[in-house]
Amino acid sequence: MSAFARLVARDLRLALRQRADAGMVVLFFVLTAALFPLAVGPEPNLLARMAPGIIWVTALLAVLLSLERLFLADYEDGSLELLALAPLPLEATVLAKALAHWLTTGLPLVVAGPLLALLYNMDAAGLPMLVLAMALGSPSLSLIGAFGAALTLGARRGGVLIPLLVLPLNIPVLIFGVAAIDAALAGLSPRPHLLFLGALFLVTLVTAPLAGAAALRQALE
Amino acid sequence: MHRFANPGRFLRLANTLLPWCAGLAAVSIALGLYLALFVAPPDYQQGESVRIMYVHVPAAWMALFVYTAVAAASAVALIWRHPLADLVAKASSPVGASFTFLALVTGSLWGKPMWGTWWVWDARLTSMLVLFFLYLGHMAIMNAFEDPARGFRAAAVLALVGFVNVPIIHFSVEWWSTLHQPSSVLRLGGPAIHASMLWPLLVMMLGFKLYYVSLLLVRVKAELLAARLRARAYAALDAS
Amino acid sequence: MEQVRSFLAMGGYGAFVWPAFGVTALVMGWLLATSLRRLRGLERALAEHGLIPPGGGGARRGGTQGGGAKEAAS
Repeated sequence: MSAFARLVARDLRLALRQRADAGMVVLFFVLTAALFPLAVGPEPNLLARMAPGIIWVTALLAVLLSLERLFLADYEDGSLELLALAPLPLEATVLAKALAHWLTTGLPLVVAGPLLALLYNMDAAGLPMLVLAMALGSPSLSLIGAFGAALTLGARRGGVLIPLLVLPLNIPVLIFGVAAIDAALAGLSPRPHLLFLGALFLVTLVTAPLAGAAALRQALE
Repeated sequence: MHRFANPGRFLRLANTLLPWCAGLAAVSIALGLYLALFVAPPDYQQGESVRIMYVHVPAAWMALFVYTAVAAASAVALIWRHPLADLVAKASSPVGASFTFLALVTGSLWGKPMWGTWWVWDARLTSMLVLFFLYLGHMAIMNAFEDPARGFRAAAVLALVGFVNVPIIHFSVEWWSTLHQPSSVLRLGGPAIHASMLWPLLVMMLGFKLYYVSLLLVRVKAELLAARLRARAYAALDAS
Repeated sequence: MEQVRSFLAMGGYGAFVWPAFGVTALVMGWLLATSLRRLRGLERALAEHGLIPPGGGGARRGGTQGGGAKEAAS
């Protein structure tokens, strides 16, 4: 087993030991989305129209929940410094952390997304696209989030700072993610939006580990 | 470039440049105001409200220019570890945030008579709003650490990532806006602009830029002196 | 008088044009004033410690005068 896989497995084991945390993210996702009908009224057409947007926005917020602790425990107990000294490049460490974050946060959200779509009375024609768009977009959210978490290590009020740094960078994912579902619902081709989501994923896949490693290095100096 | 790393040399240079920059800024802003308010003709469609353009467009332009300056200074700070570059980034970002705020407020004041509402989710205004958040994030992380050096480096990494993202965000907001709005929306400051309007605009832009440079000299000087004072305080603490 | 009034009315857009110029002058003037005040405070504190910045004196005063004129203009 490579060092990369071992690191992912270790983070997954840690996450499984605190299973309640991953459950909390999904609970937050569903609970927040359930507040909107209470706020704007239960009119089915309105809710169906708003469903893709609300699901994406609440997913963006839910991803933020577990970011603060992504590197913090390793930073505080010193294992991050060992990881930095290990032969595995720090960029790969960031990538492994982001992957573990996505498996424990992004993936449950992708699974819970269709459930919310049903609650919002969204047309079933959009369901496959909802799952596809979220599966393609949520890894970018985890990668950008990992960068934000690395940057705020050791900061005062790091937990409040992360949303301010990460949410503006997530805007493109939100826009194309919602546009793909809207296009599928309107019977148009969602292809261009999905291609952009894929392009965003590739760009963050390269830049987020680089920038995250740079942020970690200056945190460990 | 490292010739200016010496703070004493920078201070001397700043003291020589400052009166000239400040004087030229005062002259060009005064001239720009005169041209914008008295000489430039009213627009045949927008009437006298078009005069808001002479503060809105330079402010929006400076908002982008200052972010570029922050990113360039951050790159210099990260690559060459140049201490002045960090100070330039720190001194610039509140100025850039102020220009972004002005672009938003004047855009809103221009939009009210044109669109009938204070805010429209127009692609340009929305991009400006996101830029404003990017500036706030940069300012927040700069001051979030006990150790100022940590703040400088984290802010520099963020500024570079933000700089790469600005075109992506702008493009996606443009895309979003074409999906949701009819293309007949009135654009602020269209591409074709008559010379009688262009000249006051260019003079104002020059004035705003010189204002930024003068302000930057003052603020970087203040940061240098503050660092000197801090070093003095630490030395006194060690001695006692 | 009539000319002044029509100039201030800005063809009915006075309520939008003047606040736009006003808020710009206010924000730019405020930024300049706080930056200069901070610089002067630091210079005074350094002078008290006997650490007067090199080449401060005359050029510095010239700079603040230029700044003052600009503030009045904008």
